[in-house]
Amino acid sequence: MNFKHKFVFLFPGLFVLIGILIFPIIFTIRLSLSGWNSYTPEMNFIGITNYIRLFTDDPRFWESFFRLSFLSVTTVILQYIIGFALALMVWREIKFKRFFRVIFLIPMMTTPVIMTVIWRTFFHESLGPLNDLLGRVGVEPILWLSDPVIAKFTVIIVEVWQWTPFMFLLLLAGLLSLPKEPFLAAAIDGASPFRKFVYVTFPLMAPISIGAIIIRLIEASKIMDTVFVLTSGGPGTSTETSSFYIYIKGLREFQMGYAATLSFTYLVIMIISLTIIAKVLTKLMIKE
Amino acid sequence: MEKFYTILKYTFITLWTVFIVAPFLWAVSTSFKDFQSVNSKVTYIPWLDFEPTLEGWRVLVKSPARGGVDIVEPYFNSIFVTCTASLISIVLGTLAAYALSRFTFKAGFVRNNDITFFFISQRIMPPIVLSIPFFIFLSTIGLLDSLLGLVVVYIVLLMPIAVWIMVDFFNRVPKELDETALIDGCNPYQAFYKVVLPNSIPGLIVAGMFCIIFGWIDFFFAFILTFTEVQLLPVKVVALNSSITPWWSLSASALVSVAPLIIVAFVVERYLSKGNLSGALK
Repeated sequence: MNFKHKFVFLFPGLFVLIGILIFPIIFTIRLSLSGWNSYTPEMNFIGITNYIRLFTDDPRFWESFFRLSFLSVTTVILQYIIGFALALMVWREIKFKRFFRVIFLIPMMTTPVIMTVIWRTFFHESLGPLNDLLGRVGVEPILWLSDPVIAKFTVIIVEVWQWTPFMFLLLLAGLLSLPKEPFLAAAIDGASPFRKFVYVTFPLMAPISIGAIIIRLIEASKIMDTVFVLTSGGPGTSTETSSFYIYIKGLREFQMGYAATLSFTYLVIMIISLTIIAKVLTKLMIKE
Repeated sequence: MEKFYTILKYTFITLWTVFIVAPFLWAVSTSFKDFQSVNSKVTYIPWLDFEPTLEGWRVLVKSPARGGVDIVEPYFNSIFVTCTASLISIVLGTLAAYALSRFTFKAGFVRNNDITFFFISQRIMPPIVLSIPFFIFLSTIGLLDSLLGLVVVYIVLLMPIAVWIMVDFFNRVPKELDETALIDGCNPYQAFYKVVLPNSIPGLIVAGMFCIIFGWIDFFFAFILTFTEVQLLPVKVVALNSSITPWWSLSASALVSVAPLIIVAFVVERYLSKGNLSGALK
């Protein structure tokens, strides 16, 4: 085929994407070298002052980053285990199979912030149903949103509710595309369900699992909506994630220059750590 | 042993279903409450626990001047932005995906896979990183607080999804299909338009649904880049949350906002059970 045509197909999309993105990225890098804030809203040049501040004098950013890592890794592990279990359960024939499949998919179709608005009333400490129902079986009221430790788990619960369906969808789609022969062979050998899972299903699903985990980690690393509505990073800074901290610095305190420094550092760390995680997972899960 | 496993399975499925449905049931119940039944003690079942009213639903269509919350305009804004951005993303993404699946590109060390990865990797970009430059960029060209500005930003969010799904899909459409068309005298564009596209409808639907989902549920960009002129649905509902809005109208507006996409769950399930999704999501 003539080589000209292929560019006609590729370039519109590629250039639109690059065109929209190139400015923000260059601008962020340039902004990160400036002292743009509400007093001096201009693009001056202060060298790497912002970066020095970030690496020597800003424990809050690093705390928010470790908190984010904790939250996203925990939620993704939970989502993977639960999502895989659910996918295995509705993979083969069971009663009301299609009904359960639809139910299990629903949360990912709902807008996270809007559902979190409802979760907030659900977890309300005196007027919410959860503490009320727990109270009826004799459990003391739990401070879902105002205890620094419990609030983290509340965020995890909401995130698991919201995004397990996505993991479920990817894994079920994977299960449905598996070849039939290995399972027949295992059945002929009389393998128990447990051994069948360990020696047949899980290895076959390894590439799909890695893909699903990476996709979810990418999305989970952006946790922001839920935190924003549920706790606003509080109590104190106990549920503040990196994105939320950058948002406070940049668009509440208008330290644009410093926020750009945080953004750029955050992006670089994200890309490096996700690449490493992808490599390690591939090593761990694919033995051959 | 077998029986134990079955019991365990159904217990788990039931518990998970309850967990998924719980917030919806609570919201439905709350949307029919009044001041007394929200603030005195926790109530659940209408008629039994409290006397239901329609107040929470009525305010949705009233104008703010008359004490309503008016979510009709944000609703249409959301539909417009989501659909426009999805459509542009699908068209451009499908063309690019076709190119990446059928032709070989070579520029220095860059190969097809690298270009595909470039498209998809845009999802890694945290919204906050983009939102600050976009904020300044859009205010410079006067598109801050406008629907058009949002559409531009949403294309970045959605095109990676379209490319991701369509590349995999085209890879499974046999190459002989276009080759036959070319031998029959079509030019490459006709081959794509008349032969490949009609055979790609399931893939296009799946990609379209995912674009619509991820466009519709986005909150952050809409929150940063719009203020008063245009408001999208999620921003509107969250604004209600922070003000003194009572729970009943909050619940009603939340339910109305999430309802349309629940239909998408049925469509996704249909494609999943028919096996069309299996290769499209890899």
